[in-house]
Amino acid sequence: MNLNIITGIIFLILAPLIGGLIAGADRIVTARMQGRVGPPLLQPFYDVSKLFEKETMVVTTTQYVYVVAYIVFIAFTGALFFSGGDILLVVFALTLAHVFLIMGAYASRSPYSVIGAERELIMLMAFEPAIILCAAGMYLVSKSFFVRDIISYNGAIILLIPGLFFAFLYVFTMKLRKSPFDISTSHHAHQELIKGLTTDFSGSVLGITEIAHWYETVFLLGFIYLFFAFNPVIGIIALIVIYLLEIYIDNVSARVRWSFALKSAWIITAVLGIVNIGILFFRWW
Amino acid sequence: MELLIFLILFPALAGLLVLLLPKDFLHGAVVKCSALIVAIVSVVLFAAEWNKGIQIYSLASEPTGQLIFLIELLIAIFLLYIGIKNRQYLVIGLVIVQTALVIWLEMAHPVSEITKNLFVDELTLIMALIVGVIGGLIAIYATGYMREYHLQHKEARDRRPLFFCLILVFLSAMFGLIFSNNLVWIFFFWEVTTLCSFLLIGYSGTEDAKKNAFSALWMNLLGGLGFVIALIALTFIKGSSFELMTLITTGPAIALIPAVLIGFAGLTKSAQLPFSSWLLGAMVAPTPVSALLHSSTMVKAGVYIIVRFAPVFEHTYAGYAIALVGAVTFLIASMIAISQSNAKRVLAYSTVANLGLIIACAGIGTYEAMWAAIFLIIFHAIAKSLLFLCVGTAEHSLNSRDIEDMDGLVLKMPKVAGMILIGIAGMFLAPFGMLMSKYATMRAFLDTPGGFLLILILAFGSAVTVFFWSKWMGKIISVPPSSGETIEKRVSISEWAALYSLSALTIVVCFLIPVISSVIVERFLKTTYGMTTSLPFENVVIMILMLVLVLILPLTFLHYRKDKKHTGPYMCGRPVNDAYAFEGSLGIRRELVISNYYLDSWFGEAKLVPVGCAAGVVLILISFAAMLIGGVIL
Repeated sequence: MNLNIITGIIFLILAPLIGGLIAGADRIVTARMQGRVGPPLLQPFYDVSKLFEKETMVVTTTQYVYVVAYIVFIAFTGALFFSGGDILLVVFALTLAHVFLIMGAYASRSPYSVIGAERELIMLMAFEPAIILCAAGMYLVSKSFFVRDIISYNGAIILLIPGLFFAFLYVFTMKLRKSPFDISTSHHAHQELIKGLTTDFSGSVLGITEIAHWYETVFLLGFIYLFFAFNPVIGIIALIVIYLLEIYIDNVSARVRWSFALKSAWIITAVLGIVNIGILFFRWW
Repeated sequence: MELLIFLILFPALAGLLVLLLPKDFLHGAVVKCSALIVAIVSVVLFAAEWNKGIQIYSLASEPTGQLIFLIELLIAIFLLYIGIKNRQYLVIGLVIVQTALVIWLEMAHPVSEITKNLFVDELTLIMALIVGVIGGLIAIYATGYMREYHLQHKEARDRRPLFFCLILVFLSAMFGLIFSNNLVWIFFFWEVTTLCSFLLIGYSGTEDAKKNAFSALWMNLLGGLGFVIALIALTFIKGSSFELMTLITTGPAIALIPAVLIGFAGLTKSAQLPFSSWLLGAMVAPTPVSALLHSSTMVKAGVYIIVRFAPVFEHTYAGYAIALVGAVTFLIASMIAISQSNAKRVLAYSTVANLGLIIACAGIGTYEAMWAAIFLIIFHAIAKSLLFLCVGTAEHSLNSRDIEDMDGLVLKMPKVAGMILIGIAGMFLAPFGMLMSKYATMRAFLDTPGGFLLILILAFGSAVTVFFWSKWMGKIISVPPSSGETIEKRVSISEWAALYSLSALTIVVCFLIPVISSVIVERFLKTTYGMTTSLPFENVVIMILMLVLVLILPLTFLHYRKDKKHTGPYMCGRPVNDAYAFEGSLGIRRELVISNYYLDSWFGEAKLVPVGCAAGVVLILISFAAMLIGGVIL
């Protein structure tokens, strides 16, 4: 076992804090872009702690089970990633976590949350090929699926798999639940779906979902960092630039239909994937 | 060797006994006992042989060979009769050509000098366990199921003795196929499985059943024709052999032509595009037949033979073309599964898809790909048989096999719903077996120069898989407002026995992955390739950790069950009644109907099947061309 358990535990403790701070900063930057002052930096923490103080109402008790499973496996995903574990298992665990979240939405039977669940599944289907191909690309470059080996690879991974990186960036928006891909649920209320996936979550159930989302944001930023791991300074700058870009896109674009989201994500992933994976295959063989 | 002969002969004899017993006399008991014996003996065989490597047994070709030839002729006459009676000219033509070739082969090149007719190695043992244990459980299940079936399907004539006889003969044929080292014998058992599946698909005797049975027949006969041509090719190729294990070691220069032709037969039997339609049509048969065809017999015979020849396919263009047939089938069948709401058709397309993945691995043929292929075979057999049997049981209680009608199954049939969830999770979720096998598949594709397109197809296919399984799960677990009593009481004990065993296997075998890998699969790879692979130890630990988490998380339900305030689902503040139907302002009531997405305009059969068939035909032709040129990649 070469897992670095310490970094995994550090992730488990710090990720909600960092994720919450990112969410707070996100809201301030968004507000400034819209010409508002915005909430204090710690507002997301206030919001979530208030959720936990409320009385929880559930449609069915099983909702709890699914949402708890969701946060457990999101945390597991991130902890495995930050301990340097196998990147494919990380991707699989992430899918498992999301399936649990989707089951939570299905269990409630509100038409809004069920449609949200279906849309979330479509988003999952749009997202998955890109992250799997990124993992494949990293393996082709570093000859290992283990995050610890990929991160210590001597060279700029971003320069070898720029196409896959771009494909991932495209679907990254979906996972952040930002426009134009905030189709299944959103940080703002929908016109047609209320809160979609999370419509029937309230109180601590909703609070758990929020914290899981913070975990996920930090994990995904960590995943992007892998592309730039050759130089930590460039890596951090890249993360900040990319996140600001996401906020900007969120603010300037309107929500698209699921069909456009799926089609565009697949076409981009397929074209860039064929070109980039092809180049990697032919460089080595 | 006695155990092998016992396993080949015993089920068939028990089947004949069932056929000869007087009406409704001890049928169920005989079938259950013999199925149990078969399952136990296959476990005993495993226990006796697992550490012995390849065991080749001598058995004189005559008179067995002559008997086989005689039965082959009888089968041909029977098929001709059926074909003429039903005016199936394609079938007639194929039977005539095939029989003529078989007779010519027998007369011109008698292969009586072969003595090493039976063998056992690790792969055979795994297959024997799948056939014996899973096939046996399905037979036990069928005894309870068929009683209910005939109560509900008055249009089908009650020919249960024939039904059970065919199922048992099917198991015999499968054992024969995997234990034979003589290719002529393998071909014989191959044809017996074709015949059994034809008769079982047509069991109910309805027009639909007949039509689908014949389409299964001609496609499998076409594959059989490929097999015969392979046998004839063997008589012309210098240095080749009719002994399977010898032929494989001769390498692509000698064995490629027979390998591709037999591989073609395997593609038809395992329902790869463009031959997938027969397996879909086979859904008209009673559910145990579907379960049998899809998990432990028939289609597994197809992939078994391709996996056997995998070392020959390694680094050849022909093998790569076959791998692409499998990969394209994997992607297209998974996509079509999205558009299906009939549970059995979803399962069928998923079978076609997973077999495609196995064939993609076998076509690549490296030792890593073989590791993945063998585990895919194991886990697919277990989870798929469980799912089919669950759907069959649910169908009898719900009178529907539509996924939409399984709404809230978790309350109506909690145990069956739980088993379906286990089966589905076993099919596509980490940390269950299929996904761990996919992990290995991915690594295998990335480690071989031919894997370039395959890895892309796998990435997209996996994403699609998540969609259609998850929405099914969602349907089952959603809890309807007005829930009545459970309706599980009618399920018979023999059905429960099979369902519980298979559910337990789905989970337990996941824990056993490292053991199966080191004890069986790695030995097999070592003898075949001289190299071996396994999951990294660290990943095994992570996988088991995840398994434990998945198994204990549902227990949190007990904690949350206490004093939580319940409320209705959010209905946008509209007036609704107790059943959550909207009360309109003019007294009009609108029922709330929640249904899944099927995305038919994207993934409908009408759209994708022609594309898939065209791709399949082109790739198969390419594999033939590559076989004739005999190209070897690098």
